[in-house]
Amino acid sequence: MSAMIIMAGGVAVSPLVFQLAIFVLAIFVGYYVVWSVTPALHTPLMAVTNAISSVIIVGALVAVAAGTQGGSSISTWAGFAAVSLCAVNIFGGFLVTQRMLAMYKKRER
Amino acid sequence: MSLSSFALSANLAAVLYTVSAVLFILALRGLSSPETSRRGNTYGMIGIAIAIFTTILVAGFGGTGLLLIGGGMALGGIVGAIIAKKIPMTDMPQLIAAFHSLVGLAAVLVALAAFFSPDSFGILNADGLMKGGSLLELSLGAGIGAITFSGSLIAFAKLNGNMSGSPILLPARHVINILLGVAFFFLVGLMMSTGGTEPWMMWAVIAVTLVLGFTLIIPIGGADMPVVVSMLNSYSGWAAAALGFTLGNLALIITGALVGSSGAILSYIMCKAMNRSFISVILGGFGGDAASAADGDKEQRPVKRGSAEDAAFIMKNASKVIIVPGYGLAVAQAQHAIREMVDKLKEEGVDVSYAIHPVAGRMPGHMNVLLAEANVPYDEVFELEDINSEFSNTDVAFVIGANDVTNPAAKTDPTSPIAGMPILDVDKAATVLFVKRSLSPGYAGIDNDLFYRDNTMMLLSDAKKMVEEIIKAL
Repeated sequence: MSAMIIMAGGVAVSPLVFQLAIFVLAIFVGYYVVWSVTPALHTPLMAVTNAISSVIIVGALVAVAAGTQGGSSISTWAGFAAVSLCAVNIFGGFLVTQRMLAMYKKRER
Repeated sequence: MSLSSFALSANLAAVLYTVSAVLFILALRGLSSPETSRRGNTYGMIGIAIAIFTTILVAGFGGTGLLLIGGGMALGGIVGAIIAKKIPMTDMPQLIAAFHSLVGLAAVLVALAAFFSPDSFGILNADGLMKGGSLLELSLGAGIGAITFSGSLIAFAKLNGNMSGSPILLPARHVINILLGVAFFFLVGLMMSTGGTEPWMMWAVIAVTLVLGFTLIIPIGGADMPVVVSMLNSYSGWAAAALGFTLGNLALIITGALVGSSGAILSYIMCKAMNRSFISVILGGFGGDAASAADGDKEQRPVKRGSAEDAAFIMKNASKVIIVPGYGLAVAQAQHAIREMVDKLKEEGVDVSYAIHPVAGRMPGHMNVLLAEANVPYDEVFELEDINSEFSNTDVAFVIGANDVTNPAAKTDPTSPIAGMPILDVDKAATVLFVKRSLSPGYAGIDNDLFYRDNTMMLLSDAKKMVEEIIKAL
């Protein structure tokens, strides 16, 4: 997409390096956040991470846009298939997580 | 007809993607306690909605495009919603495996789409060849995605019982895997040096990694499936992140990193809970019939057997009981019966809690979900390290459907296959009631010394039937 230019000490830094920095920091955020998840909720954690990794649907949407506007028809159909698969995961993943989380109740006192 | 008049500026789009990434972090953060988890899940849904709408506005669709994506989302959404509503909680491990395979396949498809429309994805150099870095990202995204896809299919088949849970050892499997790995990197190098002008190379990358996914997971036994499912969860994240670089999409990069590290941590926790190294799990071959030949002479040792009435009497007169459930409980569908039994015991004034081993189910946290479904309050359910010290002042440990996770051999016998595995110290309780179908060894194929101890009473029966009989006797 648009190549932005980040200046560091007057020298242009490649967007790739910028993205790598974000990637590395996000791994650390993930590390600390996931360790704080209670083991009782590890199954919902897997279901919800599966749902959010389906954010790859943004790539599928771009593929359909690319394919239908002058790109290869392979892109159109691969994109369409990927949009459908991601939608299964997004709806399925979030709803099944919601269903699981609704079952966790405290003791009645 | 393009709707690009609505197109957002690239900067605003980047801000919105960051917002959705932050919402995903909050979704995971919410899972630190059941009270905050439901709100966290809502944050996740909002996050993905923002990412989708932002992309639709940025990409600028024509009429055909809108029709396709609308149709795809409706189709997939309906299927997903129905599955989420219908799936029994016992089938959660195979559902998650199936979902991972879909993310993997989606990653492959997105990489293919970018490869065949490089101009629209902005990954062309001025000379009309594809950028080397982008080709590397696409290959990694497609490759990891393909491994996730085919590996998860195998994991699904093993968990769902379409395939035997015992490891299938191909001859020279390590050589095959190494050759496939080398072939992958060779093809990626070739593709980068030719600027992506030869489509067969991309297809070959996908074919090689699809096969690699199969050959990696097939030799891994059913007992190690919790690790495999966590590992594939991690892979699906790394595949997403790789494509995030190609698309220059912050939401994808950050989410990929979150999911990747989440799956890696869960794999680590599962490995530690079984005292296995990650490498030995990946190399496969564990959990077969290897150990079953050795226990022939032990079968004759005397055991103390009891009836449901005996068990009811002992527990009614106890002041503290700890229930130790294992996967056998879920197989026998005895979760609701056990909660009913505990309710009766509580009416008698008995203090009852549950102890869960990290690998009690077929995936991390599976047993907690199954107990929650049976209306067991989560604050009566404890993890191994929180409850293990309590067994020494407990009157009765009621083990149901669990075996290896209670086996003292893990501590006493350094030659045992489960040596060093953290276990629940049920042998420290005054009395151990062990509900089991027969005296056969557990999943790891090891005899359990606990069966033959003086303070152990074996309740040999189907778990559900036994618990129902105990309820009647109470």
